[in-house]
Amino acid sequence: MTDFGFTLSRSSALDLSKADTRLYEKLCSLSPDARTCMGCGSCSATCTAGPYSGMSLRKVILGLQRGQDVRPMLKGCMLCGKCTMVCPRGINTRQLILNLCRIYD
Amino acid sequence: MIYEGKQKIWKDYQKEIPDDHWYYVRSCIRQNFFPASERKFTDITQQVLGKDVYETPYHTTCGGIAYHCDAIPQETAMTIVARQFALMTEAGYENYVPSCVTSFGNYIEILETWREFPELEARIREQLWKATRREFKKPKYLAHTSDLIYHWRNEIAEKASVRLIDHETGEPMRMAEHIGCHYAKMFPSKGIGGAEYPYVLAGMIESWGGQVVDYPERRHCCGYGFRQYHMKANRGYCVSNTHKKFESMEPYGIQAILTNCPGCCYFMDRWQYVIAEQTGKTYGKDGFGIPVFTYEELAGLVLGYDPWDLGLQLHQVAVEPFLDRIGVRYDPKAKYLGLNKEDILRPELPTNLKCF
Repeated sequence: MTDFGFTLSRSSALDLSKADTRLYEKLCSLSPDARTCMGCGSCSATCTAGPYSGMSLRKVILGLQRGQDVRPMLKGCMLCGKCTMVCPRGINTRQLILNLCRIYD
Repeated sequence: MIYEGKQKIWKDYQKEIPDDHWYYVRSCIRQNFFPASERKFTDITQQVLGKDVYETPYHTTCGGIAYHCDAIPQETAMTIVARQFALMTEAGYENYVPSCVTSFGNYIEILETWREFPELEARIREQLWKATRREFKKPKYLAHTSDLIYHWRNEIAEKASVRLIDHETGEPMRMAEHIGCHYAKMFPSKGIGGAEYPYVLAGMIESWGGQVVDYPERRHCCGYGFRQYHMKANRGYCVSNTHKKFESMEPYGIQAILTNCPGCCYFMDRWQYVIAEQTGKTYGKDGFGIPVFTYEELAGLVLGYDPWDLGLQLHQVAVEPFLDRIGVRYDPKAKYLGLNKEDILRPELPTNLKCF
């Protein structure tokens, strides 16, 4: 390969048409209310573990929609359920996380 | 939508282009990149179309390249532009046509700034007078050279000896058009079709028999972007933008690209070599690239000019497959013969991009 002193840089843009959303679809079949998430982030704001473990349910759902691996974040969840209490859409977030853990298992 | 209503809306995207008497200024970089294009513009307009297009050897750069590279402030560019307008005034012209898209954007930006801040225009007039004892009138009409070729596209089509039609299949050539960012993205009302529906190049392709092909990244920048390229550390970003465009147009079977900006034409042509060297990938058929033309070159081809007189041997991507497709006759042995028919030597051939 010719060395020009510079190379092509990978685009940081996400190509959603190429994203693998099979996990997200599977999750939606187990917890249909996942589709009602509007990404407000109330769950992440109230998460006790979040500041220490990097857990953010908002990021988890967004990551699944983009076909990304969200397992490292799930490990930080303590299943305390505070997020369930604040969700304006009434999503059973704890059940959603448990279902997702089951899919990964 | 009702047809009349559609026409009324489309009128907002048009601009008035006088048919004759233009003061022409060349581009600094085009004469190095594609040296025959500007010469052929004067040939086509003066000799083929019989128009009054005047140029003077005293004009200089518009300062746009230095302004966009952050090398000079806008006020310096304004004084340079004021001198250009003074030359036009002295020559007795009112219609100003620059050959470079960045010059076109630079002139509009300066005229708009003067309209907003008349005191700045007065200061520039004073500076020009002190420095050169010159005065100027602002142009009545400002157009880019591609606007003029667009304006005269049907006259060119009437005189055409070649159409943009595939000789083997009888189908129109599948062509992409790429508009320079400084043409209409800065001041949409100043370009034909605005920033949303630029029609200046698409109109030429359609008039000359080709088919305009749409693709997702059609309006993405070519990547040049002045300070991106001129700093070597940023060139990876520059070529990545071009790569993004070519990846996007790959599935659409595009046979040629038409551009109206010096940088776009140069970089979309040359970067195909760099991308091929770095990734091994080429975007044309059978290992060739996709040829990229200036509008003067394409006008010259349909009017029957010799491809080597149009300077097509200076393109990185081989143009011969395209010429064969539309039925342009050329002498392959004359490709590297200069004006005096002396051999101008052959370039080193790339590893991955097929060239002649």
